[in-house]
Amino acid sequence: MWEYTDRVMDHFENPRNVGVVSRIDAEGQVGSLSCGDALRLTLQVDKDKDTIEDAKFQTFGCASAIASSSALTEMIKGKTIDEALSITNQDIAEYLGGLPREKMHCSVMGQEALEAAVSNYRGVPIKSAQGELICKCFGVTDAEIEKVVKTNRLTTVEEITQFTKAGGGCGQCKPKLEELLALILHQAKTPESPAKPPRMTALRRIKLIEEAITQEIAPALMRDGGDIELIDVDGNEVFVTLKGACASCPASNLTLTDFVTEKLRALVDPNIVVKEYRA
Amino acid sequence: MKTIYFDNNATTQVDPEVFAAMEPFLRDMYGNPSSMHHKGGEVAAPLRQARQKLADLLGCAPEEIIYTSCGTESDNTALWSALRAQPERKHLLTSRVEHSAIYNNVSLLRRLGYRVTEIGVDKYGRLDMEELRKSLTPDTALASFHWANNETGVIFPVEEIAGMCSERGVVFHTDAVQAVGKIPMSLSQSRVDMLSLAGHKLHAPKGIGALYVRQGLKFSPFMVGGHQERGRRGGTENVPYIVGLGKAAELALRRLPEENSRVRDLRDRLEEGLLKIPYSIVNGDREHRLPNTTNISFEYIEGESILFHLSSFGVCASSGSACTSGSLEPSHVLRAMGVPFTAAHGSIRLSLCVYNTQEEVDFTLEKFPPIVAKLRALSPFWKDDGPAESALLTCDSDNCNLCG
Repeated sequence: MWEYTDRVMDHFENPRNVGVVSRIDAEGQVGSLSCGDALRLTLQVDKDKDTIEDAKFQTFGCASAIASSSALTEMIKGKTIDEALSITNQDIAEYLGGLPREKMHCSVMGQEALEAAVSNYRGVPIKSAQGELICKCFGVTDAEIEKVVKTNRLTTVEEITQFTKAGGGCGQCKPKLEELLALILHQAKTPESPAKPPRMTALRRIKLIEEAITQEIAPALMRDGGDIELIDVDGNEVFVTLKGACASCPASNLTLTDFVTEKLRALVDPNIVVKEYRA
Repeated sequence: MKTIYFDNNATTQVDPEVFAAMEPFLRDMYGNPSSMHHKGGEVAAPLRQARQKLADLLGCAPEEIIYTSCGTESDNTALWSALRAQPERKHLLTSRVEHSAIYNNVSLLRRLGYRVTEIGVDKYGRLDMEELRKSLTPDTALASFHWANNETGVIFPVEEIAGMCSERGVVFHTDAVQAVGKIPMSLSQSRVDMLSLAGHKLHAPKGIGALYVRQGLKFSPFMVGGHQERGRRGGTENVPYIVGLGKAAELALRRLPEENSRVRDLRDRLEEGLLKIPYSIVNGDREHRLPNTTNISFEYIEGESILFHLSSFGVCASSGSACTSGSLEPSHVLRAMGVPFTAAHGSIRLSLCVYNTQEEVDFTLEKFPPIVAKLRALSPFWKDDGPAESALLTCDSDNCNLCG
């Protein structure tokens, strides 16, 4: 049984603001019946003050989906549109005293419904719904994933699934999620910082390769019972030894070329060539 | 608050008689049956009697039983034994609706180079027997089909499949975890080669299971170790639990008629009552079904939220919805049956046992309709007395695997 907080159970058993507002100025719909949860949020807006006068919801979903929707409506009533937009899914979860990790996608659904309603109100396209479709099972785009990863400081694909459901169906998009995550984390680590050296020295290159292997690649391999060790770097050639399950895995060639190379190319230098070193 | 336990396909309450039978072996009779002293000697006879009682329930010889730790171990033992004992055969035949103990081995086997055929089911959860017949080949190492489905209770024609397999020289295994104690069995009369069961589904505790292996069948152990279970499963005998399972088997055999009369009637009363709720559908073949199980979908609402409301009245049930399955998709069983997606997330399984009463059924029937009504009032897919038109029925992605 999920360990829901008393607050989640209260909002589930006694949901606030159920239904549709009497004058619909804005409407946001996210999720679907087939996906297992769906939320319709309607807002009544005082246009002069740009303030949300009333908010109501209709939700199909589990206890935490209903509680998150109820919490959202309570949080945004009386707020200006801009104030409401600054609410993150984290804020919704915190309002409820926390949600199980596996249920964080319910808070994300709430935040996305709000975003959709505001876009509807302002007559602009929904930002996070744009972009490339990554998860076909749950219709999640790279823009949505990027936003959630950054807001919640996610570091693993498992967390992306818990927060957005992406990858939780057939699982085919998981390699894509790995890539996307590496890209987002890389961006996050190296913002347009003025400290960035103009040219990659050999020392810096080796440092970056080392970092990429210990922080990104090794943890990913460890999840499958493997490991990797950096042996040497010579120009663009990187020599590594695969260990644990990887060492005896017939697919290890694939691991090397597909995974390690791609990661290093994305994180360090597009010209890198990975070679396996066998002692 | 009184607990009304309608989740007996998940696990059962340990019977007080089972507990009492086990207790001495958790206290004074702690000997290892392999030991050559009186502490070892005093547990030998109770072990032998327990094995005989389980054999009586299954209708087989006591030597044909191997004790395991659970149903999952039994399934894995059967599967890997058949594959190892016939290394030249590289094909597994099974169904799309098996328990995860078999189902989740499929992708592993494929990675290892085996060919796997998963026979589909129709909307009532019935096997495509023609497809099954055609898929039995000389390369088939094992055919594994459960006796009864844990979610819907639908019973497969196991004797018929076993016969087909036997004629073609294919080893047949059945996961009977849900069926043992609910359906009369006589394995020595059947052509079943291996059968899995789990104690905790028949009022013994968790942590004990068994595998029936027909005398003469080639066998390769899964747990390699000592000489226990005649060299077929290493590990010191779990004496208290084996004794408990023996008592549970004795009780189950005695209660089989009640299971198939009084319990069946209670289940039917519950089911008929719940079907009065509009937009509710029974999942599965009502004719060939375990006497204790009903699986009903309440359209346009979600299962977990139904369960939490039920639980607030003390009623325990389960659901095949995504939110309760631990994954993000509804149960593979309901999907294999093609249950419409308006219904898949709102499925509720109620599984009874001999402890249940008519008062419990009637109490549940009183509490259930308002729960459904309350959740439908919240649902964007419901308006007044029926489904609402909504843009949210399916998602907007063109090739979504769920909306199909």
